[in-house]
Amino acid sequence: MIPGSDYLVTGIFGLIVATTVGGALLAVLSTRIIRSVTGLAMCCVGLAGLYYFLNSPFLALMEILIYVGAVCVTIIFGVMLSEPDEPEPQEKRSREALWGGVALLVSAAIFWGVARLGLQGRWPAPAAPVGDGSVQAIGISLLTTYSLPFELISLVLLVAILGALTIAHGGRGKE
Amino acid sequence: MTLHLYDRPGVYLVLAAFLLAAGIYGLIRRRTLIGMLISGELIFSAAALNFMALNRFMTPDPTVGQIFVLFIMGLAAAEIAITLSIIIAVYRNYRSIHSKELSELNG
Repeated sequence: MIPGSDYLVTGIFGLIVATTVGGALLAVLSTRIIRSVTGLAMCCVGLAGLYYFLNSPFLALMEILIYVGAVCVTIIFGVMLSEPDEPEPQEKRSREALWGGVALLVSAAIFWGVARLGLQGRWPAPAAPVGDGSVQAIGISLLTTYSLPFELISLVLLVAILGALTIAHGGRGKE
Repeated sequence: MTLHLYDRPGVYLVLAAFLLAAGIYGLIRRRTLIGMLISGELIFSAAALNFMALNRFMTPDPTVGQIFVLFIMGLAAAEIAITLSIIIAVYRNYRSIHSKELSELNG
């Protein structure tokens, strides 16, 4: 083992956590919606790194492929087809500040409660491990144990594609 | 002295809680439909990260959580497709996707 490699891995982990947190903040706080989409993409890249640290390189690849490659690009198409920038606040300043405070309070309470549950909960010690969670094991389980959900999710995706085509198909009004 | 932060489940659980809180803050504060959609995606990601952390540290078979997160990603992709087509249809009808102006059903 190379001396200092622990620090290197911890540094990379810190960088990934910072990417995730920064991306989430950018996605939520920026007023231009295109920056918000960029923040979501950053957050998803960070999540892919976290999945890699959680022993699942397959899911890391899928996260980048599906979220950054498909979801964010689709949202950008939606941004180009509409005018989604945040409007100027029309309410009174005090009311605006009140709603901001309420939102901050609610989300802070949820963060505190869930984080406390996660840190103080008595998690059971894992039983003896079965299987290694490799890509081969995932493929075998998808085609044996989980074959019904696997087929169902493909049906759901097909119906979603057809539904999206039908909803968005109606022609442009002549105005 | 080694830190090994990445081997503790607490870090991932707190991060997932942060993503959930950020998503809920965005859902309350955003005034356009696409902004609310992005916040919803953050909440999806928080759930997926929670599943992966518990899958890595608490369960005997590490395959189950990965498959579940794969299904979450498929459902999120379907949800995005449907929601964006609804948003585009709404924009065609109302020329706006600001949630304040979509108030025809307001009692």
